[in-house]
Amino acid sequence: MSALFPLRVSGAKSSRRGNVLVGPVDLELSGAGTTVVIGPNGSGKTSLLAMLHGTNRLNAGRIDWAVPQDQARAQQAFVFQRPILLRRSVIQNIAYPLLMRGMTRKTALNRATEWSERVGLGAMLDRPAQSLSGGEQQKLALARAMICDPQLLFLDEPCAALDGRATREIEAILQSVAASGTDLIMTTHDLGQAQRLAQDVVFMLHGKVHECTSAKEFFTAPKTNAARAFLRGDIVE
Amino acid sequence: MADLWGGLVQAFWLIVTFDADLFEITLRSLYVTLTALVIACLIALPLASLLAVKRFRWRRTVIGVLNALMGLPPVVVGLIVYVLLSRSGPFGVFGLLFTPTAMIIAQVIIIVPLVASIAHQSLRELWTDYHDLLISLNVTQAQKMRTLLWDARRALLTAALAGFGRGIGEVGAIMIVGGNIDHATRVLTTAIALETGRGDFALALGLGFVLIALAVAVNLMIHGLSRTEVEGRW
Repeated sequence: MSALFPLRVSGAKSSRRGNVLVGPVDLELSGAGTTVVIGPNGSGKTSLLAMLHGTNRLNAGRIDWAVPQDQARAQQAFVFQRPILLRRSVIQNIAYPLLMRGMTRKTALNRATEWSERVGLGAMLDRPAQSLSGGEQQKLALARAMICDPQLLFLDEPCAALDGRATREIEAILQSVAASGTDLIMTTHDLGQAQRLAQDVVFMLHGKVHECTSAKEFFTAPKTNAARAFLRGDIVE
Repeated sequence: MADLWGGLVQAFWLIVTFDADLFEITLRSLYVTLTALVIACLIALPLASLLAVKRFRWRRTVIGVLNALMGLPPVVVGLIVYVLLSRSGPFGVFGLLFTPTAMIIAQVIIIVPLVASIAHQSLRELWTDYHDLLISLNVTQAQKMRTLLWDARRALLTAALAGFGRGIGEVGAIMIVGGNIDHATRVLTTAIALETGRGDFALALGLGFVLIALAVAVNLMIHGLSRTEVEGRW
């Protein structure tokens, strides 16, 4: 467990031009290992992650990490549903966060090489990032997020557009990342993935946290009707 | 037709005989426009990236004005620079009127809005791609601007070439502030205007063909150097 937790969220709300994206959210996360946020499309999963990370504006309420806000922010990284690739080579993409933090070019490129090998991109360092396949692009995004050794990694549907094999490879990386002590908060709409990875589950519906328990409890004995319906595979609206 | 043919022949002879006057005014054309272009890019590119990443109150107005100024009439720019630089004007003490420096100043004013507008257009698109990532990485404003400028460099080249095109073919402003003085401020465009006025169509056309060849050559050279269309999409 990292120094960022426990995380206390009280009455947090994020909106844009009058539309409430998510909230008000009350949540307490101990942050042990992997927390999976699930829920139907449009239930505010992505907005919740962005709000916790601090990229979506917090319009009301509080988000309190165990350390001051800017310290917490520096210890986090975010992987987006559609990987955002810089118009640069693979290695330049992975090294970018280090370079922005003022590390020398040589050290940064060395560490980027290490990370690219860890995620299985070692053979394509000088390829333009845009030429990678979907799975490779997401691996690049993961390596780039992990290169600053964050204590907490947010992942927004990291496997949404990937096939089984790419999903398995990404999950293997995520498990090794989690094993090395980085906490994960990720969204998914794939229940199988949630069961494979989650220690805790946050169930979202209509922009609010509907249920927040340990994964074991959630998958065996969900408390609310909506969660039961969602687990059964019914369409929850 | 005879005039056109005569112009081509004249252009050919001017070039193969290394006509001293021709080379002098061609070099001056290049000197004035390239210097103006470099200065304009140093102003316009940071401005364009700032407008892309920074949200401030008058941002949309500034962008609108820049776009409108793309069509700034060179003659009017020349007139205003003339008034400012003339003996009785506020900058008269520098004695810049009728010098290549005055021509450069006028061209900078003409080129900046064009380069800034075109550059801003492509930087804005890149910024919408990069926005979430760079916000998440918490990089500084200056780092955002540098990242955008570097990653959009091919598109910025197009902006610079457009600026070059506007500068090298421009006659209204440099005629007024330069005065078309032989061996001092005469450039290709003002020489063409002069020769046309004097009725020497062959020479004017010859100079015109040299001007076109020059513009094409510079564009091709920059494309070659930057390897556009050879490497990846950017």
